[in-house]
Amino acid sequence: MRIRFTVNGKPRSYFGSGMKRLLDVLREDLALPGTKEGCGEGECGACTVLLDGQAVVSCLIPIAQVAGRRVATVESLGRPDRLAPLQEAFLAEGAAQCGICTPGMLMTASAYLRRGGRADEGAIRRELAGNLCRCTGYQHIVSAVQKASRQTAGRARRRA
Amino acid sequence: MRGDAEAASVLRPRTPAEAVRLFQKHKDALPIAGGTDLMVAWNAGGLAGRTFLDVSPLRAWSGIRQAKDVLVLGSLATHTDLLRHPLVRHHLPLLAEACATVGGVQIQNRGTIGGNVANASPAGDTFPPLAVYEATVAVVSAGGRREIPFLEFFTGPKRTCLAPGELVESIRVPIPRQPMARAMFRKVGTRAAQAISKTVAAGLLWLKRDGTVEELRLALGSMAPTVRRLRSAEAFVQGRRLTPAVVREAVALVSNDVAPIDDVRSTAEYRLAVSRNLLFRFLSEPR
Repeated sequence: MRIRFTVNGKPRSYFGSGMKRLLDVLREDLALPGTKEGCGEGECGACTVLLDGQAVVSCLIPIAQVAGRRVATVESLGRPDRLAPLQEAFLAEGAAQCGICTPGMLMTASAYLRRGGRADEGAIRRELAGNLCRCTGYQHIVSAVQKASRQTAGRARRRA
Repeated sequence: MRGDAEAASVLRPRTPAEAVRLFQKHKDALPIAGGTDLMVAWNAGGLAGRTFLDVSPLRAWSGIRQAKDVLVLGSLATHTDLLRHPLVRHHLPLLAEACATVGGVQIQNRGTIGGNVANASPAGDTFPPLAVYEATVAVVSAGGRREIPFLEFFTGPKRTCLAPGELVESIRVPIPRQPMARAMFRKVGTRAAQAISKTVAAGLLWLKRDGTVEELRLALGSMAPTVRRLRSAEAFVQGRRLTPAVVREAVALVSNDVAPIDDVRSTAEYRLAVSRNLLFRFLSEPR
């Protein structure tokens, strides 16, 4: 089947089985390998992307269900020479170690920040509960999201 | 190995009428809504060769609305939709709490209430709240529409009374009468998120002016092949005061209505002991 959708703001078209996972379409058909596969059963959050702005695990979504919808992957956040504030905060706080969980952490956190999520540690930990990291012990990740949240709030105040 | 994607076909109806027509024609098709359970099985190779009926485009089934004294939860309402909805938070706080404990945000954003119910896991976290709220499940097929009392919907682990060609349209929940004395939702798992419950409990309590029990409703999940109401304990406290002796007796009766097992997540002994403790606290402590 032919499926049309948007990835990182660009219209995309896929032709093939509707049961292919969004994760595989992103990596294999659209050459966007930033999204990582962790467990492949919706437990670890490594493959998190945004679907119409909501954090979802791309290993549990058949591409047929993406028709007409907007997908955002980690590639939409920033580039090596122009990182997003959230990515800068991850670097500054040492929030990445092996890196496999990082794209998923970034996408879940970016959905939280776009909703106006605050620098509240408990709220951030609840939001990131579906993203597992086996290296950092989470504290650096939570600190990075807090930092990015304060910066976002600061920018919003300056604009207002 | 996951199922062979090339060999799979996906039916995508646009309206409920088209969905039931397609399902009548393709009775072996497997309905998929949020896919949070089905896709795990697909990825593991368990559903190879199946045809899928994707109900996710059916906008008509995604809303949450009030119809007189009933909240109608469209089967495609997600856990996130439910836990954020003002009507659900106000009238059915135990359901909102339960939705917030299912998986993590990624699962809450995709998993639907209809899919959760139709999937019939013995550990479904929304089931004890829906059991004490005395919900009904509205199902449709090409042949018509029927409503099934919540407890009768489940016939065993992962088994329901859905007939071939029937789809869950909505979950209908009567708004509980107020004032209510106490309400409780408690899930016990290995961690707060992403854990499948060892036991999950819900309770509603109404007291008369003289302090005696007008009505008690208790339900436990993960404690039997399907969600159970604790009819023995409920009946025992009816009309009595919740003195320490009455509470102890009621809690002892829990084992009449459940049949916990040892499995990878817990033991029968632990499940029963913890469930009794949860109910003991609920009945003993005014909140």
